[in-house]
Amino acid sequence: MLAHLPILQVIVPLMAAPACLILRRPQLVWMFTLLASALAFIISILLLQQVMQTGTISYELGGWSPPWGIEYRIDKLNAFIALIISGVSTVVLLAAQTSIEKEIPQDKHTLFYILYLLSLTGMLGIVTTGDAFNVFVFLEISSLSAYSLIALGRDRRALWASFQYLIMGTIGATFILIGIGLMYQMTGTLNMADLATRLPEVAETRTVTTAYVFFIVGVCLKLALFPLHLWLPNAYAHAPSIVTAFFAATSTKVAAYLLIRFTFSIFGVSFSFTTLPMETLFLGLGLLGIFVASTVAIYQDNIKHVFAYSSVAQIGYMIVGFSMSTNAGLSAMLLHVFNHALMKGALFLALGAVLYRVGSTQLRDFQGLGRQMPLTMAAIVLAGLSLIGVPLTVGFVSKWYLVVAAIEKGWWPVAGLVLLASLLAVVYVWRIVETAYFKAPVVGKELVQEAPMTFLIPVWILVSANVYFGIDTRISVDIATAAAQSLFGVVP
Amino acid sequence: MSMILGLYNYWIVIVLMMIGFYIIIAHGHLIKKIVGLNIFQTSVFIFYISLGKVEGGTAPIWQEGILLYSNPLPHVLILTAIVVGIATTALGLALTIRLKEAYGTIDEDEIQAMDNQAMDNQDKESKPC
Repeated sequence: MLAHLPILQVIVPLMAAPACLILRRPQLVWMFTLLASALAFIISILLLQQVMQTGTISYELGGWSPPWGIEYRIDKLNAFIALIISGVSTVVLLAAQTSIEKEIPQDKHTLFYILYLLSLTGMLGIVTTGDAFNVFVFLEISSLSAYSLIALGRDRRALWASFQYLIMGTIGATFILIGIGLMYQMTGTLNMADLATRLPEVAETRTVTTAYVFFIVGVCLKLALFPLHLWLPNAYAHAPSIVTAFFAATSTKVAAYLLIRFTFSIFGVSFSFTTLPMETLFLGLGLLGIFVASTVAIYQDNIKHVFAYSSVAQIGYMIVGFSMSTNAGLSAMLLHVFNHALMKGALFLALGAVLYRVGSTQLRDFQGLGRQMPLTMAAIVLAGLSLIGVPLTVGFVSKWYLVVAAIEKGWWPVAGLVLLASLLAVVYVWRIVETAYFKAPVVGKELVQEAPMTFLIPVWILVSANVYFGIDTRISVDIATAAAQSLFGVVP
Repeated sequence: MSMILGLYNYWIVIVLMMIGFYIIIAHGHLIKKIVGLNIFQTSVFIFYISLGKVEGGTAPIWQEGILLYSNPLPHVLILTAIVVGIATTALGLALTIRLKEAYGTIDEDEIQAMDNQAMDNQDKESKPC
């Protein structure tokens, strides 16, 4: 049983998805989905423990040995990302039944959970597989279910957002497919470990450069790296709240994983950062993304839009860490991947609670909410502080490591700019705090109650994780550093 | 000359890819966009199929006396990608139907204009506060 964990990680949610159809009753389906997701979470914890103790696990699918068969390869990096995905998914699901009651028609509830599970399967599949083509297949499983999930939003704008995402996402996925095809053309293999040993031999050719560029542009579309982020704000703003909370915390992280995996362990640092001007390119785009998206976020009136743009900015921070191509920079990026999942999961779930009670997430409807929904608003404030990077929260930890990494590299101006950009986050978080706590509710407007417990429990689990990992950084920092080191260990 | 004639299938790939890409970007009609997406994906199918072809090789079915076979793997891979392409097209068309029901049009600019107008109205409502 334990030997089969790598495949069970993917199979459990995959098999659970069609099984939902048999159950039919939404309440039952919800509990079943929660169970499947929790199982995936437990499996990822076990896998991470195993990897940390004994090193990389290689699982041969169907007993065909790599590089002929498909290999699932779990190392510190993807065990860590799988843990984030399944963990956030489980916590978010706790609130799902309550949240979709008001946002999705009753008869579509079962379908919602099926799509949710398929999307989870796709993401976990991308992370665990050691086969380049398998990445594309799982990417499309997760993307197609993502388009449908976004289209379930109650507003007609959700449909338009979903269509735009479909076009952009398919272009991205097809670029990735071209990249993989060119890699196969040059090496004759699709196994990632095998690719890593064979690519350096042909690294001088233009085909390999083209393969890398196609692949990276495709991944950056999925990652929503500025200026390829156009699909993200509307998709996040109009999707059902649960979907937004789940995707904001996980889907861009999967793309970030692909970026790291292909750049560091397959093509190798010497190729991607020496032959190509990746450092300048990513540093420039990362910093631009941080400033532009944060500034746009300040001027949004829909709070979901505010945090969606803020997500684009946070991706900028990750990319700045990535562009350093040092051990410290990569650790900072991975830490931020983990921490950002906690912050945005908490924020969007709390917004879901607001939407559940108030029926809108427009800034003007937040007036007086500080008194009417104290626990929800306190959660938004705490997660917002974490977003800014106030000490004792996770946001501070990742910013600290990012700044230290920048200084280590001798990039003083970058360290300064990263800190300066935090001030922009202060502005957009403050707008919400000001409206919620210091403005009296509109006269004649109905008072609302505190969000139900099914919302408060998952929101506060995520918020306490924000604070806990901000104080006790041992676990997250250890894993992130170990993962970064293993990447630099494999490819010198 | 051999650059053009010898690699003609790759030139077809590039031409189709650019046509598809251009349609996606230039046309506002949603169905045309989906068709463009299809052409774009088809070019990649041809690319994969070209990869697997070994000159002088036959279909990869074992038979006595034949030593040269084409590589079946890219063909198998692209079968998967074709299925994915169909799923994407189906979903895109389904969304188009829903968009038509909701907006009464399937023109990108008109939909965008309606959305922008809705947003302006929200702003106007928020001003008096």
